[in-house]
Amino acid sequence: MSITVRYFASLKENLGRGEDEIDYAEGLTVKIAWDTLHQGRPLPSNVLAAVNMEYARLDTAVKDGDELAFFPPVTGG
Amino acid sequence: MIVKIAKTAFNPWQALQHHQDSLPNSGQYGAASIFVGTVRDFNQGDSVLEMCLEYYPGMTERQLEAIVAEACQQWRVLSCLVIHRVGVLLPNDTVVLVAVWAAHRGEAFDACRYIMETLKSRAPFWKKEQLASGQARWVAGHSPIEERLPVP
Repeated sequence: MSITVRYFASLKENLGRGEDEIDYAEGLTVKIAWDTLHQGRPLPSNVLAAVNMEYARLDTAVKDGDELAFFPPVTGG
Repeated sequence: MIVKIAKTAFNPWQALQHHQDSLPNSGQYGAASIFVGTVRDFNQGDSVLEMCLEYYPGMTERQLEAIVAEACQQWRVLSCLVIHRVGVLLPNDTVVLVAVWAAHRGEAFDACRYIMETLKSRAPFWKKEQLASGQARWVAGHSPIEERLPVP
């Protein structure tokens, strides 16, 4: 299995795609997933992350089959 | 407690009437507090033609439901209706409706405000404005400190 990584709003536009896939590896975290997918491109400091649709931190563990998401600060309401 | 994402325009006053009609005629609803948010035709000195609202299907609903549940834990909420638009909106279109029914005004006001303010900082929605100048821009967001990722 692999992990689906989703992007939203301006981050999706900047990256030029809405989704990536990453193979699971032991010890995977939110930050490691970003760094693996975007080598040399630091995670913007204001970007939020979610694992399985719950807010997550950079060191939150990501398990096989999880859905990971990165997105800019929210602007609803 | 009802939480809905609306993909097309909705009339908040009709939605309120419909919800009001569905409540039991029990005499316990002493207060209803209502917030309706509407698209303006201006923002930061620019004329806005339309606004596109993106969301994260699944997570957005889950966050809205969690926020409503938190309000129900803090105040004695008898009923609650939250509807949030997504898609392309025009000036004067309703963006959001938050309505809370309680026995007393304090609980209704406080719970309604809590849901609305928390939604603005936590529910995954993103606004992109189409300006009269031909430019399009994402509205800059503010997130509460505790939701921010720690600096690596």
